[in-house]
Amino acid sequence: MSKGGVRSQKSEDRIKTTRRDAMRGIAAAMLAGPISLQAGQHVHATTATQTKAAGGIYKPKALNQHEFDTLKMLCEMIVPGASKGGAAEFIDLLSSQNAEMAAIHTGGLAWIDRAMERSAGASFLNAKPEERTVLLDKIAYRKNRTPELAQGIRYFDWARRMTVDAYYTSAAGIREVGFKGNKGMAKFTVPQEAIDYAMKRSPFA
Amino acid sequence: MFQAMRSAPVADVVVIGSGAGGGTVTKVLADLGVNVTLLEAGPMLNPEKDFKEHMWPFQVGHRGSMEGGASYFGKGRPFGYFSAHAGGWELDGEPYTTGEGSQFRWFRSRIVGGRTNHYGRISLRFADYDFKPYSRDGVGTDWPISYDDIAPYYDKAERFIGVTGSKEGIRSAPDGVFLPCPPPRVHEMLVKRACDKLSIPCVANRLAIITTPTNGRAPCHYCGECGRGCITASNYSSSQVQIFPAMKTGRVKLITGAMARELITDSEGKVTAVSYIDKASRTERQIKCRTVVVTASCCESTRLLLNSRSSRHSNGLANSSGAVGRHLTDSTGFSMSAKTPALEGMPRHDNDGMGGAHLYIPWWLWDKKTDFPRGYHVELGGGYGMPGIGSFAGTAARHEGYGDSLKKAIYDDYGTRVGLSGRGEMIPNKDTYCDIDPNVVDKFGIPALRFHFKWSDAELKQVEHMEKTFTEILEAMGGTVTHSTRPTAEKISVGGEIIHEVGSIRMGDDPKTSPLNKYCQAHDVKNLFVADAAPFVSNPDKNPTLTICALAWRTAEYLAEEMRKGNV
Repeated sequence: MSKGGVRSQKSEDRIKTTRRDAMRGIAAAMLAGPISLQAGQHVHATTATQTKAAGGIYKPKALNQHEFDTLKMLCEMIVPGASKGGAAEFIDLLSSQNAEMAAIHTGGLAWIDRAMERSAGASFLNAKPEERTVLLDKIAYRKNRTPELAQGIRYFDWARRMTVDAYYTSAAGIREVGFKGNKGMAKFTVPQEAIDYAMKRSPFA
Repeated sequence: MFQAMRSAPVADVVVIGSGAGGGTVTKVLADLGVNVTLLEAGPMLNPEKDFKEHMWPFQVGHRGSMEGGASYFGKGRPFGYFSAHAGGWELDGEPYTTGEGSQFRWFRSRIVGGRTNHYGRISLRFADYDFKPYSRDGVGTDWPISYDDIAPYYDKAERFIGVTGSKEGIRSAPDGVFLPCPPPRVHEMLVKRACDKLSIPCVANRLAIITTPTNGRAPCHYCGECGRGCITASNYSSSQVQIFPAMKTGRVKLITGAMARELITDSEGKVTAVSYIDKASRTERQIKCRTVVVTASCCESTRLLLNSRSSRHSNGLANSSGAVGRHLTDSTGFSMSAKTPALEGMPRHDNDGMGGAHLYIPWWLWDKKTDFPRGYHVELGGGYGMPGIGSFAGTAARHEGYGDSLKKAIYDDYGTRVGLSGRGEMIPNKDTYCDIDPNVVDKFGIPALRFHFKWSDAELKQVEHMEKTFTEILEAMGGTVTHSTRPTAEKISVGGEIIHEVGSIRMGDDPKTSPLNKYCQAHDVKNLFVADAAPFVSNPDKNPTLTICALAWRTAEYLAEEMRKGNV
């Protein structure tokens, strides 16, 4: 089994590959062996670039531009780096396919805007960073559940769950959490330093 | 004479269903020179196109949550987008029902290879005493065969499909023909150390995964994703390992999209044809046959026999005993996990390995007194799995908050949870069976199956024992266990959920109490055989697939010999 059927190529014209070529690349990699994370990220970036192609920025499918920008900021606060993982795009895509999902997010984002208007007199996007933090510090914890905050807490749980999913299923998140697999190996071995590390800290030391 | 010549050709053997039983029968018969017509309700499998073995979640827009984020609403493919199954707990237009007060879940995978394309590959021989449960403890019923009768077929099945393991000399877990098992992962080493301390055996796992080249198949490449299907066929699936090679002999005719409706019998009570629905056209077709082997899966085979009514077989075919549908069991299931601090901060490494644990815990108290009959084995879980939808949902919900502290919690938690799952023996009871729902048919007009299910105290006590033992093991590793306060009856799996349905067309020497004889041939209908898990007389604490293969192998050899002698 060859390791990493495709290697990342950084040249400009490679970036301009069409989406179809990218998909063909994945198919070839599937036949040759597991695709490397590096190559995978490249293909991902290429397809994402294609999606953005027209105006250079992503055009939301289900959310309006204000909702999408609000969501993007919220996701970035939940998981710094979430934009790299395409979190807002992920939520927008699923919302475009599912009215129930769309309602959760349009409703939740509107709740956040209204709460922000009440407390800071500005939308979430226009509020000061510290004002946003005050709101999130409330709705990010179940213990703060009161009749006024319950709906916000409930939505934040959705946003957190989906942002975490989006980020940690992206090449950036997978790399950050330290997953090393999906490569295939000729022989399965366990590094001695990992064994020593765990044993030393275990009750069997 | 003239009429016979003009009529449709008669198939020697029609095999109904292409899972572990059907695949084995097809392969063995084809190798013995017998022509087989194989019916499968689902479509053809194309591994290179259908399997998502090495795909990253980011290669699909929904990342694995499926169209519209179905998995967030408990919908979509039950084992996830990337799994190799083709079906699930519910199939559109193909209902099953439950009797009053019963819960039961029935997993069906309609595709060539059936559930073997995605299953867990755990391959455990039944012990010698498992075949004589009544003689041993006075509960249940003895099998009409012994371990010695089936042992040569375990050998053949293991040699052919390839099973990992190590020779241990443990009576509850007989040794077989084993391929080397890769070394344990770090968390598995910790479980083993804890077990050593508690005098519980923890040994190399027995998985239908090849670690050396076997019968022309490439060895495992350790990507850890067996459940997604293996493009190199390095694990066992009846489709890739048995049916595709058997088709190359030219003796197998595969008909896909063929949902068996009933078996047609003549005035002597022999099967003369199989009636099936061609799903594409929703029209009924018939294949004349000399013999039929039903391998549609335990409950689907039961449904077929019960739906094959005639004036001579008013109770359903092969059912003069009234036992078809009775003695149904599933395995008990109970799981527990704990965060294990020793693993926190461990240097990250690729621990994909085989798709499944590299160690397992066989039943160890078979010669000791317990407050429940029979036993269970324990499956291990943990390690750095490929991140997917929901991988960190538990961490996020426990930690709450947001920002860098949430990211740190996820980083620290990753790979630190170790899980234990018990799979134990259920004793057949009078409240657990399936029959035909008189009011419901599926979209093809075939009457639907209705399930009645009840765990007895024996299973509940067993689960209490699992909980106590798992706590001891996880705590010995330094883990902190949080106990659920729910009653045991709510902690045990729902019937059918472990997908180990067996026993509803059982074998036995007495035609008054068992539909099949000791060769899995119907007492009432000599040219009818059953070769999935339905013939099992008990459901020991070992996953059924290896025994399905071994028993089906034996049945197929017997059938070929009876055909040669002109007896069927």
